[in-house]
Amino acid sequence: MSPLLEARELVRIYETRRGLLGRSAEVRAVDGVSLRLRRGETLGVVGESGSGKSTLGRMLLGIDAAQHGTVCIDGATMPNPGTGDWRALRARIQMIYQDPLAALDRRLSVAQQLREPLDIHRIGDVESRTQRIRDMMQSVGLRLDQTDKFPHELSGGQRQRVVIARALMTEPELLVCDEPVSALDVSIQAQVVNLLADLQRDRRLGMVFISHDLKVVRNLCDRVAVMYLGRIVEEGPADTIFVDPQHPYTQALVSSVPQPGRALDSRIILQGEPPNPGNRPPGCAFHPRCH
Amino acid sequence: MQLSLFWLVAMIACAIFVDVLRPFPITQMNLGTRLAPPGTPGHWLGTDELGRDVLSRLIQSVRSSLVIAFGATLLSAFFGTLLGFMAAKFRGVVEHVVVMLADFQAALPFLIMSLAVLAFFGSSMPLLVCLMGFYGWERYARITRGLAISANAQGYAAAVVQLGATPSRVYLRHILPNVASTLIVSMTLTFPEIILMESSLSFLGLGVQPPDTSLGNMVGFGREYLTTAPWIMLSPATVIVLTTLAISLAGDWLRDRLDPTLDSIS
Repeated sequence: MSPLLEARELVRIYETRRGLLGRSAEVRAVDGVSLRLRRGETLGVVGESGSGKSTLGRMLLGIDAAQHGTVCIDGATMPNPGTGDWRALRARIQMIYQDPLAALDRRLSVAQQLREPLDIHRIGDVESRTQRIRDMMQSVGLRLDQTDKFPHELSGGQRQRVVIARALMTEPELLVCDEPVSALDVSIQAQVVNLLADLQRDRRLGMVFISHDLKVVRNLCDRVAVMYLGRIVEEGPADTIFVDPQHPYTQALVSSVPQPGRALDSRIILQGEPPNPGNRPPGCAFHPRCH
Repeated sequence: MQLSLFWLVAMIACAIFVDVLRPFPITQMNLGTRLAPPGTPGHWLGTDELGRDVLSRLIQSVRSSLVIAFGATLLSAFFGTLLGFMAAKFRGVVEHVVVMLADFQAALPFLIMSLAVLAFFGSSMPLLVCLMGFYGWERYARITRGLAISANAQGYAAAVVQLGATPSRVYLRHILPNVASTLIVSMTLTFPEIILMESSLSFLGLGVQPPDTSLGNMVGFGREYLTTAPWIMLSPATVIVLTTLAISLAGDWLRDRLDPTLDSIS
């Protein structure tokens, strides 16, 4: 059986220009990334800011077309953005956003937000849609008296629940979460992560979880891919990566996660800034910072 | 607020029921009672230099000015929004052309261009409405383009696209209602400007042509009698000021009411 999601050699290059007459430089935001995701599996993508995680997430969903390489959903190649096939496929692959307030139309009530995917994909009649909205609100932990609330009347955690509920309305098979908890309070983060974990298990979702929060990734993910400057430097089962990291960059990341009973002075503190992606060091891009 | 709504309703009623409300035909002259001051029985706002009833002419003027201003505002809002959305949707060449046209429009001395067009084609009501409709579209285009692009880049519009919505659904059901409040405010700014523009054109003799009358046309012809019979000019001028003020107030109120995020404030 073909994997739910398969990406081969994805490349995304942005052109930047320095100054008025400067020569344009290529920034390889994603540079030859391949990965596979089985049904019901959770893949964590970690890396520091600017490592290309979010761009990768958008490419996996087909929002940004890959300049080289292919994305296959269930063995079928991703259609071009904006086509009817591409829109129809949205019912099967969905996204959770970092900032739930920006992702919700502030003029629509919770019920209207949740009805959108059903209206768009013409699922069910009026009555079954209403029922489905109620069911979904309960399963993401929203109260039914919040149906007529607007996004600005909800708390951050509740908004993210609405975003999650909206994404799940069409019963997708693949969910890409782009830093879904990094805009939330720490006290709320755990709730939302647990909710995602429960939903993922109950619905056998394939999930790509993009985050820079290693604690969350460790709790949630079966496999982890570590990105640095647009490339995956290490990939493997979560336990292996966190217990026995091989790549020095992964070692530095893992050592930064506080653990009970271990002094913080064993942290590896990386020297310097990540290199300019427009001017990538030859060989392993990490070598100038390698200890 | 209620006052401004009341005034607008009264103005619109005036415009619709002109033929019933008007005590005299606007061209009826009576040289025996020329330049009668306001308060003269039968001519409550006085008469002008030809003995025509100012009140009747005022009511007729409200109709022509409102038709021109409403028609032109709607026209420019429609085209401006359409072009702005097209620029945001297709980007690339389309966007360049729209932005260039907007810059061109902004740099154009509009009054002089209108003068040229009207002088060349002659003045008529439909032409006047269309011409005024070209006024101010670039503002709507800029606003809608900017807001739509930012909504598409990371906000709710991108999220709705990812839900699988067609472009028409994204633009009409999501982006348009979200930018409507800004557009309405912009309309309430353009509306008075169009009334004033029409007044200027009529004042220069290229707008509404006599014997028909508009607010600006009345101000223009009343100018000569400013010292001896100020009411000829003051009454249409007052109507212009009150109407534009009422439109601005009503626009503010409408914007607040249309925005659910402002509920808690009011």
